[in-house]
Amino acid sequence: MKLSRRAFVGGALAAPFLAGSGLAQSRGSVLRVIPHADLKNIDPIWTTAYISRNHGYMIYDTLFAMDADLRPRPQMVDTWEESADKKTWTFVLREGLAFHDGRPVTAEDCAASLIRWGKRDGMGQQLFTIVESVKGRDAKTLEIKLARPYGLLLDSIGKISSNVPFIMPKEIAETDPFKQIESAVGSGPFIFKKDEWVPGSKVVYVKNPNYVPRKEPASGAAGGKIAKVDRVEWLYIPDPTTCMNALMSGEVDYYEQVPGDLAPMLARAPGVKIEVLDPIGSQGMLRFNHLVAPTNNPLVRRAIAQALSQKEILAAAVGNPQYYKECESLFPCGTPLESKAGLDLIRPASKEKAKETLKKSGYNGEKVVIMQPTDIPISSAFALVAGRTLRDIGMNVDVQAMDWSSVTSRRAKKDPVEQGGWNLFPTWWIGGDLLNPLTSVALIADAGKAWPGWPNDEKLEALRQEFANSTTLEEQKKAAAAVQARAIEIGTHVNLGTFFVPVGYRDNVRGMIPSPVQFFWNMEKVSA
Amino acid sequence: MLAFVVQRVLATIPVMGVVAFVVFLLLRLSPGDPAAVIAGDYATAEQVERIRAQLGLNLPIYSQFFTWLGQILRGDLGVSIFSNLPVTTLIAQRIEPTLMLALTTIVFSIVVAVPLGVLAAWKANSWIDRAVMMFAVIGFSVPVFVLGYFLIYGFALGLNWFPVQGYRSPFDSPAAFLHHIALPTLTLSAIFIALIARITRATVLEVLSEDYIRTARAKGQSERKVLFRHALKNAAVPIVTVIGLGVALLIGGVVVTESVFNIPGLGRLVVDAILKRDYPIIQGLILFFSFIYIVLNLLIDIAYTLLDPRIRY
Repeated sequence: MKLSRRAFVGGALAAPFLAGSGLAQSRGSVLRVIPHADLKNIDPIWTTAYISRNHGYMIYDTLFAMDADLRPRPQMVDTWEESADKKTWTFVLREGLAFHDGRPVTAEDCAASLIRWGKRDGMGQQLFTIVESVKGRDAKTLEIKLARPYGLLLDSIGKISSNVPFIMPKEIAETDPFKQIESAVGSGPFIFKKDEWVPGSKVVYVKNPNYVPRKEPASGAAGGKIAKVDRVEWLYIPDPTTCMNALMSGEVDYYEQVPGDLAPMLARAPGVKIEVLDPIGSQGMLRFNHLVAPTNNPLVRRAIAQALSQKEILAAAVGNPQYYKECESLFPCGTPLESKAGLDLIRPASKEKAKETLKKSGYNGEKVVIMQPTDIPISSAFALVAGRTLRDIGMNVDVQAMDWSSVTSRRAKKDPVEQGGWNLFPTWWIGGDLLNPLTSVALIADAGKAWPGWPNDEKLEALRQEFANSTTLEEQKKAAAAVQARAIEIGTHVNLGTFFVPVGYRDNVRGMIPSPVQFFWNMEKVSA
Repeated sequence: MLAFVVQRVLATIPVMGVVAFVVFLLLRLSPGDPAAVIAGDYATAEQVERIRAQLGLNLPIYSQFFTWLGQILRGDLGVSIFSNLPVTTLIAQRIEPTLMLALTTIVFSIVVAVPLGVLAAWKANSWIDRAVMMFAVIGFSVPVFVLGYFLIYGFALGLNWFPVQGYRSPFDSPAAFLHHIALPTLTLSAIFIALIARITRATVLEVLSEDYIRTARAKGQSERKVLFRHALKNAAVPIVTVIGLGVALLIGGVVVTESVFNIPGLGRLVVDAILKRDYPIIQGLILFFSFIYIVLNLLIDIAYTLLDPRIRY
């Protein structure tokens, strides 16, 4: 090998530095990860932030968990049974479950955790409308009594995304659900190192040596959660190019969300692999304001839905066809409740058809305000493409740029657009949040409880309730299809299509679990 | 002199008071609601209101202001809305990387820029002068992130001499610290070298036309002594002013460099807090930055008296 003078001089200059740097340290059992966001708070019930949810999965465990096929499987539970009248459920906890402080997990801990979760989570709130009691029958046996049979009990307590019903120690779970907890004692496969937490920079977890995993192989959030590394470090790096460089240089092992424009470069980099782990993907969404003109007019909403083509929007916002697909169902494609119900009203997308509908609606050039969250690139692109499309069909569009924090506060305003109100805002959800009519927040149509946009439709609410009362998968599919048809008819929101965010990792990292949520158990680093 | 220092220290109190009031008011008037961010999408308006009450954001603005003022007077900058950690803890976690980056940048910039500026003035209108000034223009013009990425591409990814990102404390490993801080320092120094070199050149050039320089030369002093003992010393006041302001700027205004090299400093902390509307952090940091500015200005003023005996307060 020929060594150039420049390389020799450079090597000589750098050698003394390398000796003391992190690069020289052994990193065999440390997994260095760039997470998708900074962990700002550690209470996954207090906030719905995905990063807090992921933190929750590191340190807490759940009674049930969704497997790779999105079916609820026992996790902390060993055996369970349903009474003959389907109103009393008993769950027996597995042997060996213990919190990080060594105390055994009891049924009372589980009851208190479920009660706190039920006060914040949408699906939890729905469940607790029919829960008569939830308590420990003995240290190992949890009992839930319902007012009537409920087909979604296991789906609820095995919910995969925010808010996940994580099990915490009773005294922690009894904290006011609107006040964040300070403790991070769980019973999960990793232990949070609070003394090493630097918000905005670094989060550290170490392996829980006392965790007893299930025997089954890992599958989605279910199965054996085996911590195969001693330490996981989340190193938050805000700049995507720096993230890419850090992965290429081997300073980090795993990059949780690779932006589409950097994916081709990383795919070509030696020692780096790119892969989509989320089989469902995320769904783009354009939300209508039902209270403010002109989107308070159902025909205007329908015209907008008719005009927006997923193909055009995804091509502009995502770019690489490898990372998006058209999926018109409001429930993610490839999941049990995927449906085509009601789509004929708005599909295929057609600007000509939209113009006709707009004419019928009596639209008279009123201003349409679209909020554009510029700090969320994909949502920002959705807003711009939607704005262009609506102008094409003759609407008077005002795309207003702001950051996401401003969107979240401004979308709560119910005033007309002249007084700071709005008509449309774009956002996106992971598919795991949209699996059914109860988890999909955009489908709530009780104006008092609805997500900003405030659709108010008794029929849609009745159909959602019908879904909640369904006890078999067939009944659930039928009810979900009816919900979708009604949601499209009244125009709760527009599905802008499905996109996938790949992960990037060094080629010595193994054991990633395909799932809509990022998990770090089962992952390991092998010698090159 | 002592009276001047006491007077200036006392004057910081009303200045800080005005800063505190303006910052507080601007934040409350700007759009954005941390309670809505925390509550998430499933929350009803009542639930958002409940979180707002928990955070004390439902109180009248004047009441919130006086509560905060009371905290400050007790030396408490409050608690982050999101992380629930004291703002002082967050500042303490971040101040070391920021100070170290500021220190290495300013030292490197002075070491390079002052001789360059003196050289350019000494060889005014020569090719050396033009080369130094061309470098200064480039230093000013190239955006920090572009230079940062170039250096990363060349020295970290290409030659593998330095790490791409990150920070190590000099108290843990001085060698690792230097290894990690080298590229950010080079990146950030470009603009300061340009600035200090230009100021040095201009002031030294002006001084070089003074009578006492001619006298020094006539006395047979060596050109080096003329330049560094007579010219540079007398040109020091504007140079020190620029360096002092540069330090102040480096404490809070290097968010781009911190982002490109992933240095967990104060600049990034404040930007993250602004995006989340974490009021206590923003308020605490801006107050802290104002304090730093005031202290640095005071130090610059005191330095004048040491550099120029004619200046007396």
